[in-house]
Amino acid sequence: MKPLEERIADQVRNIPRSGIRDFFELVQGRDDVISLGVGEPDFSAPWHIREAAIYSLEKGQTSYTSNLGLLSLRESIAKYVEKQFHVSYDPASEVLVTVGVSEALDLVCRALLNPGDEVIYHEPCYVSYSPSIALAYGKPVAIQTRVEDEFVLKAEDIAEKITDRTRLLFLNFPTNPTGAVEPVDELQKIADLAIEHDLIVISDEIYSELLYGEDSGMKPGTHVSIASLPGMQERTVLLHGFSKAFAMTGFRLGYACAPPVLTEAMMKIHQYSMLCAPMMSQVAAIEALENGAGEVEKMRRAYARRRNLMLKRFEEMGVPCFAPGGAFYMFPDIRKFGLTSQEFAMRLLEEEDVAVVPGDAFGEAGQGCVRACYATSYEQLEIALDKIESFVKRL
Amino acid sequence: MDALLELLQKEGRLTASQMADRLGKSEAEIESMMSELREKGAILGFHAVIDPEHLGESPVSALIEVKLTPERDGGFDRMARRIAKFDQVSSCYLMSGGYDLAVIVEGDDLREVARFVSEKLSTLDGVISTATHFQLKVYKQSGFLASDTSEDERLPVTP
Repeated sequence: MKPLEERIADQVRNIPRSGIRDFFELVQGRDDVISLGVGEPDFSAPWHIREAAIYSLEKGQTSYTSNLGLLSLRESIAKYVEKQFHVSYDPASEVLVTVGVSEALDLVCRALLNPGDEVIYHEPCYVSYSPSIALAYGKPVAIQTRVEDEFVLKAEDIAEKITDRTRLLFLNFPTNPTGAVEPVDELQKIADLAIEHDLIVISDEIYSELLYGEDSGMKPGTHVSIASLPGMQERTVLLHGFSKAFAMTGFRLGYACAPPVLTEAMMKIHQYSMLCAPMMSQVAAIEALENGAGEVEKMRRAYARRRNLMLKRFEEMGVPCFAPGGAFYMFPDIRKFGLTSQEFAMRLLEEEDVAVVPGDAFGEAGQGCVRACYATSYEQLEIALDKIESFVKRL
Repeated sequence: MDALLELLQKEGRLTASQMADRLGKSEAEIESMMSELREKGAILGFHAVIDPEHLGESPVSALIEVKLTPERDGGFDRMARRIAKFDQVSSCYLMSGGYDLAVIVEGDDLREVARFVSEKLSTLDGVISTATHFQLKVYKQSGFLASDTSEDERLPVTP
């Protein structure tokens, strides 16, 4: 028999092992680590949302739903998206409920790519973009954003990478792992490019509620979705979900809003691979959308307070870090210490038991930075920052 | 100002410098905001929220529904303030609905609370009736869950 390794399909074998996974295994082997390496809220989902899920189970709502998702949920989503993003979608034909944004991302790639089609995305970025594209036989084309620009994506950098094979453009603002927010004038230039070159834009807006505006971030910032810019809705797939703002990661629930033809194409795959998203999660999501705004804002303000602390402490220790406009990550620049991101993160873990994620796990452009997540309790954060301080003092 | 009040309600023991860190302000700014709040009477006081199960003695707490005769000038205010001044009263609220005042009374034992109600409260001119409900167990107090031991179960590193 052939070795099993050789039986693995090429496009799977060619995907490099995730840097996050390597680091995860290291951290997991240690006790008493304070982890700033997480990518999810430290809050449990608000009780009224959990309670809605429990009630749904009590009532025996344990069946399949429509492939698209419960109509009542899609209606709530359409209403919410209109209010939040100023774009209106028809719940009957333009909204697909998925198992997290991750599934939606996979569906988009499989529905829209032919082998060899190119997809442009910006790095540093969430780790699944490039693999999702590759698994759909597409060709990932990364654009490097720079710490000097506070990781703003420049339309001119996109223009350079566009070829006659470019089909899709992936955007993620606010960005994981940097917390960067795209200025509206630059977003408009990107929209113009997309229209000029007939690209479809996939916009992952999972962090869009977590924006830090005036009064040191205590007031919410305003989010502008590329889908809301003139002429863009017809060529945009808007991806959003419940994991971050509503602290519902384990519910595994997201959605895609797109023109009917695209929604139908994604649904074709979803119906055979997933059938539908779990019903109790869908019921909980209705509660989140209808009554969750207050809790979301409370959590946002808690993140804002922690963000202020982290910013101040990094500044005091002389670790350059731009003030991120959104999400719950900071992406400090550690180049002055003369270590690679990996070395910095490893030594911080070994010497101080604090975990941050090496920036290059999110793409080459992250080299020289680390991702520190502030979705952890204030007390833990203070201890972790004290430890980081004594660590960098020794460097 | 709202952000500061929200913070104080949750973590009243923070120093000015800790509050400054959280709100992205300077210590001086926080201090001037604090004195403004005090002058306005926005901050009534500070205290620890204690689960009574951990108190040495077993004190008793009761909710008393009080019906009052409103007065021509000032409605319930004069009577309510008078009742609120008793040391035994820890909280006193004017309510809508079937009764007028909700009075939380604390005492060392059942008898002390009963005596307060029968001797002090119900004998006041203007008190029409009282109904006393003793508190049996605390599940949540001032926004804090009692015996809440939830742990962080998140994976240490995730994308």
